[in-house]
Amino acid sequence: MKKIATALAIATALSLPAMVQAKPVTLTTQLKRYGGDGAYLALYLTDANGAYKGTLWMSGGKSKYYKHLSDWTRASGGNKADINGITGASVGAGKTLTVTVDLADALFDAGYNLHIDASVEDMRDSPSEVVVPLDSNNIGKSFKGRRYIKAFNFKK
Amino acid sequence: MLRQFHKIPGLIAGLLIVVLATSGAVLSVLPAVERAGVPTSASAEINVAELAGAVVDRYPGVEQIVRKPSGKIVVYYFRDDLPGADVIDPVTIDKVAEYSKSGFQRWMTNLHRSLFLDETGRALAGLGALAMLILSYSGLSLTAKRLGGWRKLTGRVRGNGTQRLHVETGRIAVAAFVLSAATAIYMSLANFGFIPDGLSAEPVFPRNVNGGVTMSVADIADLQAIPVADLRELTFPYADDPSDVFAITSATGSGYIDQSTGQMLSYLPNDTTRNVYEFIFMLHTGQGLWWLGLVLGLAAAIVPVMSITGTVIWWRARRAAPKIAHNALAKSADTIILVGSEGNSTWGFAKTLHDALNAQGFAVHTAPMNRLKPGYAKAERMFILAATYGDGAAPATANAFLKRLAESPSAPDYPVAVLGFGDRQFPKFCQFADDVNEALAQDGWETLLPMDRIDRQSAQEFARWGDDVGAAMGINLDLVHSPERAKTNTLELLDRQDFGAEVQAPTTIFSFAVPQARQSSLWTRLFARRLPKFKAGDLVGILPPGSDMPRFYSLASASSEGVLEICVRKHPGGLCSEFLHGLRTGDRIDAFIKPNPDFRPAKGRAPVILVGAGTGIGPLAGFIRANRKARPMHLYFGGRDPKSDYLYEGEIKSWLQDKRLHTANLAFSRITDAAYVQNRITADAVALRALLADGAQIMVCGGRDMARGVMEAIDAALAPTGLNAAVLKAEGRYLEDVY
Repeated sequence: MKKIATALAIATALSLPAMVQAKPVTLTTQLKRYGGDGAYLALYLTDANGAYKGTLWMSGGKSKYYKHLSDWTRASGGNKADINGITGASVGAGKTLTVTVDLADALFDAGYNLHIDASVEDMRDSPSEVVVPLDSNNIGKSFKGRRYIKAFNFKK
Repeated sequence: MLRQFHKIPGLIAGLLIVVLATSGAVLSVLPAVERAGVPTSASAEINVAELAGAVVDRYPGVEQIVRKPSGKIVVYYFRDDLPGADVIDPVTIDKVAEYSKSGFQRWMTNLHRSLFLDETGRALAGLGALAMLILSYSGLSLTAKRLGGWRKLTGRVRGNGTQRLHVETGRIAVAAFVLSAATAIYMSLANFGFIPDGLSAEPVFPRNVNGGVTMSVADIADLQAIPVADLRELTFPYADDPSDVFAITSATGSGYIDQSTGQMLSYLPNDTTRNVYEFIFMLHTGQGLWWLGLVLGLAAAIVPVMSITGTVIWWRARRAAPKIAHNALAKSADTIILVGSEGNSTWGFAKTLHDALNAQGFAVHTAPMNRLKPGYAKAERMFILAATYGDGAAPATANAFLKRLAESPSAPDYPVAVLGFGDRQFPKFCQFADDVNEALAQDGWETLLPMDRIDRQSAQEFARWGDDVGAAMGINLDLVHSPERAKTNTLELLDRQDFGAEVQAPTTIFSFAVPQARQSSLWTRLFARRLPKFKAGDLVGILPPGSDMPRFYSLASASSEGVLEICVRKHPGGLCSEFLHGLRTGDRIDAFIKPNPDFRPAKGRAPVILVGAGTGIGPLAGFIRANRKARPMHLYFGGRDPKSDYLYEGEIKSWLQDKRLHTANLAFSRITDAAYVQNRITADAVALRALLADGAQIMVCGGRDMARGVMEAIDAALAPTGLNAAVLKAEGRYLEDVY
């Protein structure tokens, strides 16, 4: 299992009150054995109105394929500045991606949703493969994706 | 230089190219296989809207319709929360099969494009393609040079089996190699962003949609305008998302369509870069052009053959490369040897000369001809050993010699001796050495001795030249050259038949026993040095006792016959022929085989005209004996007296009866009605013209004078037809084995 720690500036982007309480949150994404090449995954947040708020992680290094992560592309406008420094390799079938990010406490229980878009070469694109409310009740619970993700969970 | 451009990439990237080509060959079959599985019902008249409408009825949870380059239509759908993909018949919408890209294809594709090494591997694969392109270009240029120019590119290739396989296969497949490699380089450059591929351009996703009631996909006008043949993919909006849209990609562009109004909200036509990329992708993969894929794949399957034969050729040349010991400096040497060589064989002769002179206390400097210096301070003599490349051209180590000579100051005060190496079968025998000799003479160089020529690396001729050099220098120069110290086998004499003593031409057919592999134990079969396989027309090298210099005789039998048969005339004072003629049944000799693949009947049923005099009948008799399929063979044999030197008399008569031989024309020179084979040929001119019009091949074996006479007779016989011996030679239909 790879352990990727990333300091995320998402809290400041949300212009929260001066005293920001942030804790590391570990996001674990386990892929099915779908019988294909490595998957591109985009992990990102939307607010209660469905508006894009920021990207947590991008798996997959070639920006020309990002259009296949179609919900993320639409939401973020494909802005590469958003994923600067939080990009890793694509994730192979059956493998697990573990990312640790600092998320402000204020993001929890405030109607935010965590999305994962997935895309695999020569296979069906899967935008919003997983959509999980960023809810304290969901911490540690396992969620299934529609096509490629066997299990997703987040833990503080 | 060109040779380096062929050798270095070949050696460095050889294995890489073999992996890329082999995997490519496997992948090349897949478009054809996929195409064979596409439903045959006509889909030409259907448009995308009709197809999509019918698919929605059959697959309520449809997400996407994709048309593969093979024409296969795949429907991706959700049913009971489970994703699925079916190949369907576009007319009946019936499911043909479940769709899944095979793991094998994926594995092979990843091996082919990235060697499982991601971006590093893709870069390596790109470099492999570049090496392939360089090899194709340098290889083709070398072939053209070797055959005497680009116009002679399709001419006959000479050389040993490996060389011929390499050159002949390569020139057939080179166009496919170039296409595969060039398209691969383009795709690699596009992958790394060095050239644009237009793939990332896409229409702007519409910010606002109508949001009203969804209309039937079958009624969308923009989709009705696209024939199914132009469809790439159609993605349906999410069922529960009124803000979503149809996404359509066709052969000409892509766009988003409002699901309630059917309006094209944004559209981006494919730009030229993308069209170019897709076209090149199709050329490389054969996806959408299956027959080209098969052609390229077949060529790719040949690449390992090219790689292996190329490496073997390089290794043999390298092994034959001499290492000159005690090479004096140019400025301090009294004897200069300059070598013009294409392969390495001439270097071997230079080394023999170098060592022999060195042993006599001379300070010898040996260098390539291209390193000719303006002056040699202490030189007292110079030797130039020059081979000829292709159709009279300079060999690799001498291609700048004449230019350097022209730039040199006036002729020196020491003399020069030129020795040419070549093959009398070529029309321009020793042409380059002639050119060099003439240039030196015009420049006013003195000669140590007149120019001489060595035919087909003959060690005997070289030794004779050594005698002349020794005489000119006032020393005793013994040049014993054995190109490759041959590994010999011991052979036992089974039988000998003597002829010709009465006509002062004692000639004997010797039959030696060939140790049979079948009768030996596994151990000896694996580890003992056996005589290699041979055919009639190959050569046997025999080492007479007390000599390291082999004498070569043409073989009159094949190894499959279990005997090694040669036909030898006794020459007064000839060390080897006297040794052989002194043998008795049961005596042993040391011998080895030297293949001579250029002197064999062509494959097929075309007639063969065999012309031989004296011992020259040996290999011809072997060809006739092996002619069990009774292909038309016509023999012209010349001797002195049928009572004395009618070699193979009994066999010729039995071959005529069992049709291995069609006609036998005999000419004897020491009887009343004396005649030579040339006279028989002239008398048969009409019949010979008919045979040659029929595609016949002529094979001549014997002495040089006879060969010249035969060629003149053939030229005269062919005069009315416009053909001549030189043309036939270029076509490989006139072969000579002359001594």
